Amino acid sequence: MSKMANILSFSPAKSPMSGPMGAVYSRAPALLLPLIGLLMFLAVWNGVAKSIDTSLGQFPGPAQVWEQAGSLITEHGAQRDSADAFYTRQEERNAARVAQDPTYEPKIREFTGAPTFFDQIWTSLYTVMVGFIIASVIAVPVGILCGLSKSAYAAINPLIQLFKPVSPLAWLPLVTMVVSALYVSDDPTFSKSFVTSALTVSLCCLWPTLINTAVGVSAIDTDLLNVSKVLRLTPTSHLTKIILPSSIPMIFTGLRLSLGIGWMVLIAAEMLAQNPGLGKFVWDEFQNGSSESLARIMVAVLTIGAIGFILDRIMLSVQRAVSWDKSSVLR
Amino acid sequence: MQAKHLELEQVGIDFPTPKGPFTALTDVNLKIAKGEFVSLIGHSGCGKSTVLNIVAGLHQATTGGVILDGAEVKTPGPERAVVFQNHSLLPWLSVYKNVELAVKHTMRGKSKKEMRDWIMHNLELVHMTHALDKLPSEISGGMKQRVGIARALAMEPKVLLMDEPFGALDALTRAHLQDSLMEIHADLGNTVIMITHDVDEAVLLSDRIVMMNNGPAATIGEILNIELPRPRDRLKLADNPEYNHYRHEVLTFLYDKQKKIEPVSSHIKSSKAGGGSAKKANSKSDAA
Repeated sequence: MSKMANILSFSPAKSPMSGPMGAVYSRAPALLLPLIGLLMFLAVWNGVAKSIDTSLGQFPGPAQVWEQAGSLITEHGAQRDSADAFYTRQEERNAARVAQDPTYEPKIREFTGAPTFFDQIWTSLYTVMVGFIIASVIAVPVGILCGLSKSAYAAINPLIQLFKPVSPLAWLPLVTMVVSALYVSDDPTFSKSFVTSALTVSLCCLWPTLINTAVGVSAIDTDLLNVSKVLRLTPTSHLTKIILPSSIPMIFTGLRLSLGIGWMVLIAAEMLAQNPGLGKFVWDEFQNGSSESLARIMVAVLTIGAIGFILDRIMLSVQRAVSWDKSSVLR
Repeated sequence: MQAKHLELEQVGIDFPTPKGPFTALTDVNLKIAKGEFVSLIGHSGCGKSTVLNIVAGLHQATTGGVILDGAEVKTPGPERAVVFQNHSLLPWLSVYKNVELAVKHTMRGKSKKEMRDWIMHNLELVHMTHALDKLPSEISGGMKQRVGIARALAMEPKVLLMDEPFGALDALTRAHLQDSLMEIHADLGNTVIMITHDVDEAVLLSDRIVMMNNGPAATIGEILNIELPRPRDRLKLADNPEYNHYRHEVLTFLYDKQKKIEPVSSHIKSSKAGGGSAKKANSKSDAA
């Protein structure tokens, strides 16, 4: 719990009070201040929500959102139950057919119920990870190349600067058309919407990793490069013993920024590409336009925020673990 | 003693600048015998480090060249190990692994046990076996420099090049390391070229002190032979008249003949003195 508090709070100013009571007071702000902030936010939200009337009814306050979060969980449970029931029925039916006729090859069908909120969270996480990994696999080597060679940097830098500010929404139609044209298969392993979303994420989260890797590699201490020369390290050893370890902290700084951007981009990409993740959930609820839609969208907004936060914290702890420069303060 | 161990012949170097080439060094001639301990001393910016980098192969001389045991030096290599001013240990490797990196890449074909023994032997030489698993960030500056020396020694260099190895250390730590270095030099008999700013350090450690003129187009001003018997003891030498004479010689060169900022009125006089001393230096080095 104390670890959670530590993660969730910023470090408070040291209290001058001492003694047992002092200890309580000095620890209190660590939990208290974020709590006060949260309560104030809820109060303001509640107050403002009441005075906004939309065509879909009143803007949802915290209570309605809480209610919808509960109903999304219930729906998920119900859907799981019906899926289990479906598979049990199918097994029974197949067993009965095989018992009647041993040559019968049992047909296995997937449950075709609509994805629940939790399925959509999972799809989003999976999609963003695939996009992020594709981007990293490209960005790290290209970044190393740019860091090592001034000519490579001069050649690639204009492209980085040109494509870095491009919004995912601008890429998406192009990616969609290219995927439709090139990804042709009778029995596709991945759906087109998934490939489109993942590639759009990749295109947008290439840049922070690429730039940070290039900076990290080009900033290696000359003395360390001289050590490598004196030892006559082979190019491979030079890369694995000197270049990579010394630029690892910067590479991970880039990866962390990239994942953050990737998660933001993903939601937009899923909305337009209709990949069954959180983006599609938001879009579908918006199109649905029931009186509960806004509250359900708000649940998605908070979920997206929480997942983004957790992803960032995971990357931060990885970054801390791999960084040899323990003196640098990472936050 | 082999007279022609390491030779610097007419070494000069130009660096390209926007205003055309800048001559940093010119006509550096030096013959160093095997096992000799030579210090390079001079004001900052006089090209001492450049000389060392040329011997190391990290810089290429524009004119002349460096010959080690009959072969010209063109690229860096482990037979001319360098101890850098700020230790330059790999910060992500432990003390042991830092030395291991050097051993693995310079002594191929040895068994694991031989390598381990050799790494431990070199760390023993610098008294660092108590901190094998510590990272560089966890040990003091003096200890880092000890490990840097162990790493250089582990390459079994013909020539050990030291670029102001103790410059960043406090006076007491520096004295300890100087004593360690003297012990190691007595044991192993490596040829050493050391750059220093410290007159006492130069006199205490060296067989010869090479004093450099100020740049641009820096060159060797004077060479001073230090004929103090070894082993040398810093306490006994403190009031040894011969030792103080050598100190005085170096100080005179640095602060009288080669003042860093010369007043305009004394410029002509001092440059004459510099010219005279250069002749003296030549006759001395011939004698050596």
